[in-house]
Amino acid sequence: MRHRLRSIIPDRLRRRSQRQYLIARAFNRRGALRAIADRTAQIRTPDILAFVTLRNERVRLPRFLDHHRRLGIDHFLIVDNDSDDGSGDYLAQQPDVSLWWTGASYKRSRFGMDWINRLLWKYGCDHWCLTVDPDEFLIYPHCDTRPLPALTDWLDASGRRSFPAMLLDMYPRGNIEDQPYAEGDDPFAIASWFDPANYTIRKNDFFGNLWIQGGPRTRTFFASDPLSGPALNKIPLVKWDRRYAYVSSTHMLLPRHLNLVYDEDGGERASGCLLHAKFLSTFADKSAEELDRRQHYANSKEYQAYHAGLRRGTNLWCSESRQYRDWRQLEDLGLISRGHWA
Amino acid sequence: MIGRVRLGVVILCHAQLDVAARMARIWANGGARVAIHVDAKVSGHGMMALEADLADLPDIVYSPRHGCDWGRFSLVRATQDAAQALLDRYPEVTHVYLASGACLPLRPIRDLTAFLAQDPDCDHIESVNAHDVGWTVGGLNEERFSLYFPVDWRRRRWLFDRLVDWQRRLGVHRQLPKGLVPHLGAQWWCLTATTLRAILQDPRRDEFDRFFRFSWIPDESYFQTLVRRHATRIESHSLTLAKFDHDGRPYQLYDDHAMMLEESRCFVARKVWPKAERLLNTFPVPPRAEPDLGPPQPQRIERLINRTVRRRLLGRPGLYMQSRFPRKDAENGKTSAPYAVFQGFSDVFPDFETWLGGIVDADVHGHLLGPEVVEFAGRPEVGPGAISTSTLVRDHDPQGFLTALIRITPRMQVFQFSPRDNQALNWFMATDPNAHIHVITGAWMLPLLDCDMPFDDIRRVTALLQRAELQHLEVLNSVWVKARVQVHELTDFLARPQGLLLQALQGLPVQGHHDALPRMRNLDGLTDLLRRLRNSGLRPRLSEDGLPLPEITLSERTAAE
Repeated sequence: MRHRLRSIIPDRLRRRSQRQYLIARAFNRRGALRAIADRTAQIRTPDILAFVTLRNERVRLPRFLDHHRRLGIDHFLIVDNDSDDGSGDYLAQQPDVSLWWTGASYKRSRFGMDWINRLLWKYGCDHWCLTVDPDEFLIYPHCDTRPLPALTDWLDASGRRSFPAMLLDMYPRGNIEDQPYAEGDDPFAIASWFDPANYTIRKNDFFGNLWIQGGPRTRTFFASDPLSGPALNKIPLVKWDRRYAYVSSTHMLLPRHLNLVYDEDGGERASGCLLHAKFLSTFADKSAEELDRRQHYANSKEYQAYHAGLRRGTNLWCSESRQYRDWRQLEDLGLISRGHWA
Repeated sequence: MIGRVRLGVVILCHAQLDVAARMARIWANGGARVAIHVDAKVSGHGMMALEADLADLPDIVYSPRHGCDWGRFSLVRATQDAAQALLDRYPEVTHVYLASGACLPLRPIRDLTAFLAQDPDCDHIESVNAHDVGWTVGGLNEERFSLYFPVDWRRRRWLFDRLVDWQRRLGVHRQLPKGLVPHLGAQWWCLTATTLRAILQDPRRDEFDRFFRFSWIPDESYFQTLVRRHATRIESHSLTLAKFDHDGRPYQLYDDHAMMLEESRCFVARKVWPKAERLLNTFPVPPRAEPDLGPPQPQRIERLINRTVRRRLLGRPGLYMQSRFPRKDAENGKTSAPYAVFQGFSDVFPDFETWLGGIVDADVHGHLLGPEVVEFAGRPEVGPGAISTSTLVRDHDPQGFLTALIRITPRMQVFQFSPRDNQALNWFMATDPNAHIHVITGAWMLPLLDCDMPFDDIRRVTALLQRAELQHLEVLNSVWVKARVQVHELTDFLARPQGLLLQALQGLPVQGHHDALPRMRNLDGLTDLLRRLRNSGLRPRLSEDGLPLPEITLSERTAAE
């Protein structure tokens, strides 16, 4: 029955109703967020905003904020999902952070996306909004010489409203636990390796986005079932509008045209990367905790696989891993592109 | 000589007035007379801020303000009025430079004056005959002048396109004013005051203005066309470095371009990103004791920009990634480098892979598309570029698998293929000019000689493989093939293996000796197997021509008897 309905209702209508449902859902979750430090009055018209959901990330936060401040994020809007390691206190003291607290279920709020959609709806309109996790560090072409406003100005001038940045899993050489990560350390001094070329791409015709899988997680944790490995395609940087909504994490959005960030006529568009600093020494504790909470995607299947893997002292490094240098290296490898942003 | 040149500058500002004010100050301090036109859309508040900013420079002329839209005549009107105001106020001006608020002078204004003084009667304006232009964006060259363009392209795209369609259908063809030959060029120019006055005071100016009011992007054609009526000598090259991308949008310049801009020795560059502080602080470079008369040499930066435009339009061949995912047959290069596919050779010569690996400077893999595992050369656990050896992953995106492998490896890739393998890439490889495909048809049957499967299974397998091979051959014989394909019948190949093998090696980077053939499989029992297959109701393709082995005729005679 459901299948037949699908074939009758045009895709456009289905997408529209899904988008409206997501926005309504986000609106409905407004009560779940309690403002701890509301500094949104500081936001000015041209500001670039970052939206983050987190739980127990105290150790990695300083570096995360630092990196994105340096790129040119003007204000962070952060949802603290019931942290108990002092993340909340730390964030509340930051001058450019607005903080909300929630004790609601991560899973039942579509893995935090309802909260983020809500904040985007309320504060993000007509701003360039970067939606990331606290272990994701944005890299884009020329990021060493040009700040983020240069990129967003250029995107504005080219008439684009979204910018893709694929998730690139970074890992250390040797066992993950071997090199302890301390607060303030550069995570990519430890986790400096990545997989250069093992990414599979498929197109999702309904949403129009590309579905990218692969990398070290698929290679090791999901070796027996590679097709259910995590998705790596992300569209984190969007010039937001009230009518927009993230569908599943930041993998895809509605309306559909925001997902069409790739060229189909053979050309290249500009794209960046989110360096993923997940596989540090902090990871084993985190995966044990998340496994208990069972709040993650597909019943924490990822974390189950990680935990099983990590108990055996798995290291993600292999002889074909490459050591990260700079964005030019990623561009040469074809993981990112400057498009025509010369 | 230098004393004769008095430079005047017309600056058109739309937004970012703080940068524009900075530019005006640079020009004025360099000794130029400045006239500023500010878009009427700028708020009074912004205008006041600009005037306050430049209050210490009382010589600046503010021309009557017009609302300017991209590609409309209002831009020309603004230029005309500002130039007129400048010439009226400062009759001694000998040259007028048209710049925008985002045009950054790279060299001292004194250099520019000295450069102009070398040939004071010359007009520097890019002016190319519209019939010969190939570079305009949007495909409208002569139609810019022969149709009417009453609506804004940026704001009313739909109506604009419809109007163009209707006029084309109705055969509208505007008559050009007599004596005009349409010319196009970059909108930033430097004209002598004589030429400019002649254009502005032309007795037929009303007629020309009426005509250009409804042409498309007149700011790229008005002065460029009229200058041909009045100028004595034209240097058809703009002194401003301004490059446009494929969409007709100007390139932005950033801090990291500083080095290249300095090398380019252009006088003026646009368009500077307003927050590129380092550029704004570096340029213009401080004047030297002697004015530098060297002409601009923008080739290097132009090459850089052309390269990125090419990348935006054509991309890197064989790359499939998050922002480049070409449709089938729009790839501009399906793969990034040549590769070779050998089908059937490893069946005829069991050690073919190692033998070939020893004599060519290339990565020789086993059956990359094989059914059990991805057989990378040396059979590592993880392939080059950390590509998985799992067939599941490979078959999820076989095209991405092959293209990523070819792109990530520095050497040529060579691999074995057979009807047993995944056939999903047959069309892809056959239509890829980088592929060298060598096929020995029917060779897949040879391994069946050694296996101890029951005959019924052999028959079924043969039927399957034969069908797969026929389908592949159909692809290789189609008219769409772009690959270099060599197909040999097994019988032909066995008749002179050495010659045909050498022929197959010709496209490869051979380095070692290869006098000796690799060990060949024992073919005993082939005719017997073929006969049994035929008698069981299958029609083995191989037996159609008959193997040129003496046994065949013999056994057939016995069968007949």
